[in-house]
Amino acid sequence: MADNNNNNINKGSKEQPQDTSRRNFMKYTGTALGGAVVGGLIGGVIGNSMKGKEKPESGVKPGTPEKTTKNFNEALMFLTQDQFQITEAAVERIFPEDDIGPGAKALGVAFFVDHQLAGAYGINARDYMQGPFYQADAEQGYQLGFKRHELFTMGLASMQEYSAKTYQKKFTELSGEEQDAVLTAFEKSDASLKGIPAGTFFSLLRQLTIEGVYADPLYSGNRNMDGWKMRSYPGNQMSYYDVIDKDEFQKIDPLSLHDHLNIG
Amino acid sequence: MATKLPKVPIVIVGLGWMGGVIAAELTKAGHKVVALERGKSRKTEDYFHVHDELRYSQRYDLMQDLSKETVTFRSNEKVRSLPMRTYGSFLLGDGIGGAGVHWNGQYHRFLPYDFEIYSKTVERYGKKKIPEGMIIQDWGITYDELDPYFTKFEAMAGISGEQETVEFIGKMSKPFPTPPMKKTPAMKLFEDATKSLGYKPYVIASANLSENYTNPDGISRGACQYCAFCERFGCEYGSKADPVVTVLPVAEKTGKLEVRTHANVTRVLHKDGKATGVVYVNTPTGEEFEQPADLVILASYVFSNVRLLLMSKLGKPYDPKSGTGVVGRNYAYQIVGGSSTAFFEEKEFNTFMGAGALGNSIDEFNGDNFDHSSLDFLHGGNIRLTQTGNRPIATNPTPKGTPSWGKDFKQKSIRYANRTLSVGIQGANMPFRHHYLDLDPVYKDIYGDPLIRLTYDFEDQDKKLVSYIAEKTKAIAEAMKPSFVETGNQISKYSIVPYQSTHNTGGVVMGKDPSTSTVNNYLQMWDADNVFVVGASAFAHNSGYNPTATIGALAYRAVEGILKYLEKGGPLA
Repeated sequence: MADNNNNNINKGSKEQPQDTSRRNFMKYTGTALGGAVVGGLIGGVIGNSMKGKEKPESGVKPGTPEKTTKNFNEALMFLTQDQFQITEAAVERIFPEDDIGPGAKALGVAFFVDHQLAGAYGINARDYMQGPFYQADAEQGYQLGFKRHELFTMGLASMQEYSAKTYQKKFTELSGEEQDAVLTAFEKSDASLKGIPAGTFFSLLRQLTIEGVYADPLYSGNRNMDGWKMRSYPGNQMSYYDVIDKDEFQKIDPLSLHDHLNIG
Repeated sequence: MATKLPKVPIVIVGLGWMGGVIAAELTKAGHKVVALERGKSRKTEDYFHVHDELRYSQRYDLMQDLSKETVTFRSNEKVRSLPMRTYGSFLLGDGIGGAGVHWNGQYHRFLPYDFEIYSKTVERYGKKKIPEGMIIQDWGITYDELDPYFTKFEAMAGISGEQETVEFIGKMSKPFPTPPMKKTPAMKLFEDATKSLGYKPYVIASANLSENYTNPDGISRGACQYCAFCERFGCEYGSKADPVVTVLPVAEKTGKLEVRTHANVTRVLHKDGKATGVVYVNTPTGEEFEQPADLVILASYVFSNVRLLLMSKLGKPYDPKSGTGVVGRNYAYQIVGGSSTAFFEEKEFNTFMGAGALGNSIDEFNGDNFDHSSLDFLHGGNIRLTQTGNRPIATNPTPKGTPSWGKDFKQKSIRYANRTLSVGIQGANMPFRHHYLDLDPVYKDIYGDPLIRLTYDFEDQDKKLVSYIAEKTKAIAEAMKPSFVETGNQISKYSIVPYQSTHNTGGVVMGKDPSTSTVNNYLQMWDADNVFVVGASAFAHNSGYNPTATIGALAYRAVEGILKYLEKGGPLA
């Protein structure tokens, strides 16, 4: 189907000046080039250096299982196994498997969520978290004194409670429709969900799901770049110089930042 | 107690576009300059792995760390101001290059109308046209006076644009140094649609470089690769003009620029109408230094320029009740409502490709290019279609009524991922007496200094502007012959939550009258002639365009003033 992207990488024009920053860039990346160095060529050379090393698979149908080696990143940094299972079930309802391709579960989104909550984002490391905290107008945004990882686990516990109260079952044991009903109650901050910012929790859950589907696979979601493949998104490409003005839709095999790594 | 350092002739606070331009020009002229930058240093190599939407676009890797300092916000004076705890409406830059690193590169000179907005409005429509509370004012400089400074910025950055300009914008004494960017099929659709409606579209001028370029300082940069990672990202090619790849190497080469990173300036010291230096914290150690200087140039982002003056008690703080005082007045923003999205069932576009400044636009409904006699708003906006590169986390267009999650969401968002084009605006925003910046009485930064407080909301002016322009974007989108069009024709209250624009302006306004401006038309303070305050903080209102072109021109204007001041001293106006 797709052109190999390496053929699509092109140069800005025949002659391209070389400035200090670009020379340093070359030095830094360990890419040795003589003569005139071209912006686009950097991408070309780097792309070419991956040839034969680890070519992106072309023609792989999204969702095709191809797990051959253990992925050691697929382990839990933050969530308990129970919390992980609720998360996995919930994200799958938000982005379900269908004819187009895999859902959030098969894309590894729950691992993505776990890893995000364990890190800087989960502890609001770069957010302003000094008090005092007050109830705010909606226009003033997030004003909660607790952190995302706290909000998230609180939300999961509340989903369990709500499921038990409404259906006398765990969330993971509910039918898809019932799970949707629970999620909808949270999305709409159902009146019965007193004492928890249900809507805020749901927004976080939804946002993390979309991010886990489409972030570079280095973050443990978007497994095998299948999230990207479903929407023909080619990921990390160095140049579209020669195709930017083409009328036809360009199907390009995706590349990830892993493909871009050029050390040693 | 601050350690007092030996006196230096010139200190620049903040090393983004403004600080960079001024540092380059002053050092070239033989002056020694010390630049204090609160963030870290940056270089092109930092962006080798920049194609990472999560890290840069969603987690704001290049932006100011809000845990250290943020802004507080309230809609009006009756509401309790609260801190912006996470990013939303606008993104604050940080480090060498500042917001000049993460910008898109869209380049528009403000209109001749903008610089004389009060006079021209009164002349054409009478004083009654200006509604109660709106405080538009002339900038104390005209477009023609600014033209040579625009030209300088364009030559330095290698701005790419059409060689002939439409009659709706100011005349350029020199054409852009490089030709316009390539035209994509989406841009051609917009071009044909607007032409069919009788408008005159043009390719948006770009700081992304359409071709290789060597500037008058001998700095060479390569052509843009249309890789689709500009806004919120640094450019791994150095094709996008930013201070790090243009003006700073020039300043460094002179050997006359000393850059101190992680130097967070907290006060401008002054006595008897003269600045005597600045105090800064070396952030890694917490050590405080006093840096005496003969000349102090504030070149930080809008919020930091205003905040530093207020914390230093330099200049008269604005009082919205009496309308007196100047520091903090005329805050304005950018109005981005009123866009139309065209959905194409039969066609897919390569909208995942792009460049920050790749687009086509019209100015028939910008400034005073159309008759406002029967309209109850002033100004307008640049209507455009841009192709900046759609990324999959942030861009999931679905038709109205589609749920935001679940089976239907997945199917529709994937279905339309490459099947929509948007016609949007950069809408102008007028200043009002009760929109302003001051110091928050409660919330502090990590050094214990008050945060800047923003009091702002949308006015009837903005709502009417949006409804009017929405009709135009809708007509253009329909003329592109899509399957269907959806238009957002209303805005209600300003919210700091969704991202809108990092085009905050005002607070240290330029002008001819010291009772309504803080700086003269050389960006020199009325109250301290050895202090220059440069940036979009000098804008008396915000136009229907991205601001960087005009900020760039003002930087070169300030350079001329500073050189004059260094020669003979005293007030320049």
